Amino acid sequence: MARGAGGGETIMATSEVVHAHAAPQGFIRKYIFSLDHKVIGIQYFFLALTAVWVGMILSLFMRIHLIWPDANLPLIGHIQPEAYLSLLTMHGTIMVFFVLTTAPQGGFGNYFLPIQIGAPDMAFPVLNMLSFWTTFVAMVVMLASFFVAGGAPLHGWTGYPPLSAIQSAGPGEGLGADLWITSIAIFCAASLMGALNFITTTLDLRAKGMTLMRMPLTVWSWFITAILGLLAFGVLLSAGILLLMDRNLGTSFFLPTIVVNGQLLGHKGGSPLLWQHLFWFFGHPEVYIAILPGMGVASQVLSTFSRKPIFGYRAMVYAMLAIGFLGFMVWGHHMFMSGMSPYSAFAFSLLTMAIGVPSAIKTFNWLGTLYKGRVRFFTPMLFAIGFVSLFVSGGLSGPFLAQPTLDIPLHDTYFVVGHFHLIMGVAAIFGIFAATYYWFPKMFGRMMSEPMGKIHFWITFIGTYAIFMPMHYLGMAGHPRRYSQLTELAYLHALIPVQRFMTYAAFITIGAQLIFVFNLFWSMFKGAKASDNPWDATTLEWTTATPPPHDNFGGHTPVVHNGPYEYGVPGATRDFVMQTDPAIGASH
Amino acid sequence: MGLALLAVIWLITFVSTYFFIWHPWWLPAGASAAAAGIDHQFTFTYIVMGIVFVLAQCSLGLFVWMYRERKSSPPADYSHGNTTMEVVWTVLTAVLFVGMNLMGSKIWAAERFAPAGDSAIPVEVTGMQFAWYFRYAGADGKFGLTNPKLMDPSSGSEAAIGLDSNDPASKDDVVTGTMMLPVNRQVDLTLRAVDVIHSFFVPNMRFKQDAVPGLAIHMHFTPTQVGDYEIACAELCGLGHYKMHGMLKVVSQEDFDKWLAAREAEKQ
Repeated sequence: MARGAGGGETIMATSEVVHAHAAPQGFIRKYIFSLDHKVIGIQYFFLALTAVWVGMILSLFMRIHLIWPDANLPLIGHIQPEAYLSLLTMHGTIMVFFVLTTAPQGGFGNYFLPIQIGAPDMAFPVLNMLSFWTTFVAMVVMLASFFVAGGAPLHGWTGYPPLSAIQSAGPGEGLGADLWITSIAIFCAASLMGALNFITTTLDLRAKGMTLMRMPLTVWSWFITAILGLLAFGVLLSAGILLLMDRNLGTSFFLPTIVVNGQLLGHKGGSPLLWQHLFWFFGHPEVYIAILPGMGVASQVLSTFSRKPIFGYRAMVYAMLAIGFLGFMVWGHHMFMSGMSPYSAFAFSLLTMAIGVPSAIKTFNWLGTLYKGRVRFFTPMLFAIGFVSLFVSGGLSGPFLAQPTLDIPLHDTYFVVGHFHLIMGVAAIFGIFAATYYWFPKMFGRMMSEPMGKIHFWITFIGTYAIFMPMHYLGMAGHPRRYSQLTELAYLHALIPVQRFMTYAAFITIGAQLIFVFNLFWSMFKGAKASDNPWDATTLEWTTATPPPHDNFGGHTPVVHNGPYEYGVPGATRDFVMQTDPAIGASH
Repeated sequence: MGLALLAVIWLITFVSTYFFIWHPWWLPAGASAAAAGIDHQFTFTYIVMGIVFVLAQCSLGLFVWMYRERKSSPPADYSHGNTTMEVVWTVLTAVLFVGMNLMGSKIWAAERFAPAGDSAIPVEVTGMQFAWYFRYAGADGKFGLTNPKLMDPSSGSEAAIGLDSNDPASKDDVVTGTMMLPVNRQVDLTLRAVDVIHSFFVPNMRFKQDAVPGLAIHMHFTPTQVGDYEIACAELCGLGHYKMHGMLKVVSQEDFDKWLAAREAEKQ
């Protein structure tokens, strides 16, 4: 699998045959059904940007409903308890699939993986285009569930049957739920295509000298994410098809004998826990699918703006591999309270604690990278520092939930909501922001505004803590998640002021995202012109023109002589040595 | 900018830690035999994680400020890492995490590996959209048969769980909407759900367990303090999830016997 530097030439020769497509002419082939990984990356990015706004607005409605349950909102009017559950379901689903899975991998991975390994395009450009447009169809189907009779489903993003399998279990469990499952199945197919492409490209299209251990950590993170995707999405796809069959063809994979509201249904013998096993076999690796690319970007950006090599490059690679490997063996920690054997809980718990070790290694190495560096505070760096802070905060609530003993009081409370929002939600989003500010100049040829970027960072950083840290306190006090009203349980009354504080914080934080969007579009047209290497960085994307030409390197193929993070090299003429510069040992 | 980051990261750290130490919001008062052990493990974990949290965040803030680029700053340290340090912190974290896990697992084993004792009082808990029902076996100590075909939530509690009146064992079964338990006596729970998954959550008892259609899940706990405790549903079960709550009343054995006898008498 791993090739040495010598294997590059033959492979490049093959790839030139594959990628002999000339630059496309005409608007549709150039911007809509493009085969260029860069255009497809930007398409993914804007798909995710649209999705994140939908997801955020839904969360804002939820927060409004929680503290002003009788409010009459423009457009949607009064939010019923079941509508709250639809908002929650769609918020989770859209954010997890169409933002956290799509932007870091489909967006930035697509754009920069081929360039960072010195390839002219992805291995399978047509598959790449197909993968994006399939994702697009999935999103359209997902959003359509809002507009059908009964509305969007209310079974949560985890879609546990029987609730998700029975039409009479609640509003939204009719056509809305069918569309929801169908959309996820389509999304899985798209992600499988993408994963295949990423893996093949990384293994086969590396430029001469780009050994595995010279790949930027971003490439490693996209590569490992793709492997996780290939193994996980297939399982979810199968589970989704089984669920559709239970719903529409009368099978009983997930359904035992069931009586809904006095009506005995015709199912028997199925197991609701089977879905949970299949779902979380996908769902836990999915957490790493969301966060690994963020780790890659944080490493890249921290090293660039500390002007120091990344601390412990190999340890970082091994840690990501360990996280990916262990990530497939911990799904049962979502099921400690499910009725699963308590003995297996013991094993899942131990493996989950074990996954904390490579996560801790990464944190130590990020701190080690900053230590004795020369830290430059450009906006991408601020978001990378924010990423580390959020990763620590979100990560440290993990060992609580990983212990089945403590899961007894904490499972399915706001403690869990706080935990995963910090670590796989906003930490991953901070990775996306860092990537956006860092690579925007290369993608669009102009710099983003630094003052606007900094204001955006400060409000978002403080705001996310203000929203998600209090959730831990609520969870400790026993506040169950997915409650549309806080009036029924007496012990929740005392917690309403905390909920109110979080809603105010959400308003401000979401408002600040307007600054980001404005900055994005304003800078695209009015930003200062970007040079080829505005950050004095070392990886291959900074050796080519801004923005890169159709074949990425303008007719020649780069040859790599150095590791990805050679900053502050003693004796070098400038404080960074690019990957294509003469080998460090030979240069002085 | 370095100083601002230092200030904000430290401020967030100390404010968060302050609320964890002051604890205006905390685990509700424990009232079961397991509560002390679980709370102890919780407190231990939170002190250890709290120390790591403060150390990691403070070093992050400190490093970005100390090593900010200035004209006078020395060149960045050209270092690719340190294998000894990698090994040290890998081993340390592994020992810490695995050790913490093994400590807590004793409580888990006590709660979930061993079945309920012989003197435990059997109670069946049934969850359905959106109510909890509790069944007591009566004088014969046996639960009568239930039949899904007979379930009719609109006709009261016995009909809701589909109690089969043709079975002699069901004659003295008592089904209620409020859970009554004698203090200091273990309860042997059988958890069922008829429609979708529910989760039987009693925060004060440090007890939570999903009730799953198709499964009869056996669990036990021992209430140790007389009082009224709220029961919540902790697994999303549909539009009325937020109002699927119940009440657990823990009383003396004497009061419990009286209450059960009265329910039996009502039934005859």
